[in-house]
Amino acid sequence: MIRVFFSEWRKLRRPTLFIGTMVAVSAVTALVTSLLFLLIDSSRGNAREGTVISRASLELAHGVSIGFSSSAGLLGLVALCIFASQTAQEYTYGTLRNLLVRQPKRLTLLAGKFLSMATFALATVVVSLIVSVSLAFALSGKAKVATAAWTTSEARNGLLHTFINVLISVLVYGTIGMILGLLLRSPITAISIGVAWLLIVESIISATVKHSGKWMPGQLAQSVASGGDFNASYSHSISVLLGYLLVGVLVVSVLFRRRDVSN
Amino acid sequence: MIELAISVSDLSKKYGDRVAVSHATFNVPQGTVCGFVGPNGSGKTTTMRMLLGLISPTGGTGKILGEPISHPERYLHRVGAMIEGPAFYPALSGAENLRLLATLGGYSTDQVQGLLDRVGLGDRGGSKYKTYSLGMKQRLGIAAALLPSPQLLVLDEPTNGLDPAGIQEIRELIRSLADEGTTVFISSHLLSEIEMISDSLVMLRKGEVIFAGMTQDLLLQQQPILLAKSENPLDLPKLIEIAAAAGHAGSIIDETAHILGPREWAPVLNKLAFEAGIVLAQLAPVLPSLEETFFEMTGDQE
Repeated sequence: MIRVFFSEWRKLRRPTLFIGTMVAVSAVTALVTSLLFLLIDSSRGNAREGTVISRASLELAHGVSIGFSSSAGLLGLVALCIFASQTAQEYTYGTLRNLLVRQPKRLTLLAGKFLSMATFALATVVVSLIVSVSLAFALSGKAKVATAAWTTSEARNGLLHTFINVLISVLVYGTIGMILGLLLRSPITAISIGVAWLLIVESIISATVKHSGKWMPGQLAQSVASGGDFNASYSHSISVLLGYLLVGVLVVSVLFRRRDVSN
Repeated sequence: MIELAISVSDLSKKYGDRVAVSHATFNVPQGTVCGFVGPNGSGKTTTMRMLLGLISPTGGTGKILGEPISHPERYLHRVGAMIEGPAFYPALSGAENLRLLATLGGYSTDQVQGLLDRVGLGDRGGSKYKTYSLGMKQRLGIAAALLPSPQLLVLDEPTNGLDPAGIQEIRELIRSLADEGTTVFISSHLLSEIEMISDSLVMLRKGEVIFAGMTQDLLLQQQPILLAKSENPLDLPKLIEIAAAAGHAGSIIDETAHILGPREWAPVLNKLAFEAGIVLAQLAPVLPSLEETFFEMTGDQE
């Protein structure tokens, strides 16, 4: 599996993909964190879906990680696109046959690919964390937010927990992307359907069907990133997502192992 | 006992009601070049994919380098392959594409430049794959197939897109690999190329093997032809009539009479023509080429 891992990284490390993604992640995180501080006194809210996160909340120990956790959804979409395209492009380029000739154990190939993309996702989360925390400190003065609590051990622990939760959330999005890529075998279709579902369909269903957000993978991933939210508790979100992913991974693993490679 | 690189028995593949390959049985001895020919859609690529573990057969068995095709992980590290044209990542350079496959297969990446040199891409290895011409892509595909220093090389149409000089280079490369002991299983539409380089032949038609054996044996099984030209081309129809009356069928192609008959019958034909007042300018016995044999056996004018 280690050979698959390193060979996949030869694709992932190419500058246009790696640097491009890190720039995009930095920009997204910077935007979310900046809005959190710059719109702190806005009556239209300074966070997702018009939520107001007050100065008092930001001054708490966990306040330093709010911008970072709020970026999780967008980081997740980036991960979904990367995982889906890197998986589905093997079909569209016809390169899957080369890979399978050099690594005939299909599940090993799949696991190695996932592992390499997971470390890529880890890098995006680390970059996002650095950008968000740096900006939080930089903008705290302008937003008149006291930062004394941000340097305590409680804040550091909170940041670590948030980091783990955001990473889990991003990996959930990525795994959904990989499942879609394997099922649909086309990067554009996989990304379109994934993004449309997470951004549009889930929002419509959640808005029209009461409590449905407790069962929507995108909403649950967002809840995990925040350590649980009004929508669903952390443990509920983790359990349901685990169930979804287990079924999805099982289905695509069986398909990938048995399906003829004809293109 | 001859060691076999490829041995398949009753190998079949069905897609629903459509039979892609039907009970294919053939052997390829180690260290030989075996041509794999057949019209489009005859099942060549499907067979090659089954040999490489990319497609599961619906029936039959096969062995590659002594290992069953149901366990491709046991033999693919000794096999190089290029199936249905080259396929690489457009945004990576040719050299990086090879390094990626070398890393995946556990082979040394130090050999990449040597392989690029060997296929004539030594000075273009750093260029992105998407900037390559069709011929260069084909060469890169062959270089990738050579990564494992293979005991068996499976090549599907390796000369597609190459110019005549490139075709000759690939022919020489394949011959040199065979001389080093590599078994080469190669499909191509260029039957003259196959005839020149292959020791043995497997011929498919509509998913069925219609010939498997030594190329020379196949050609010797064919009826020899007498090629006759007369001083006056208008005499040729009369010459065909004379041959037909003696029980030898013939036809006129490009102002030359093609008459089925053995070498020994040439003097008889010459005498019969002379008696009929026809002066032959040329009379030569020839064996049909692989291409002519292919058309006759497959009934396909590809």
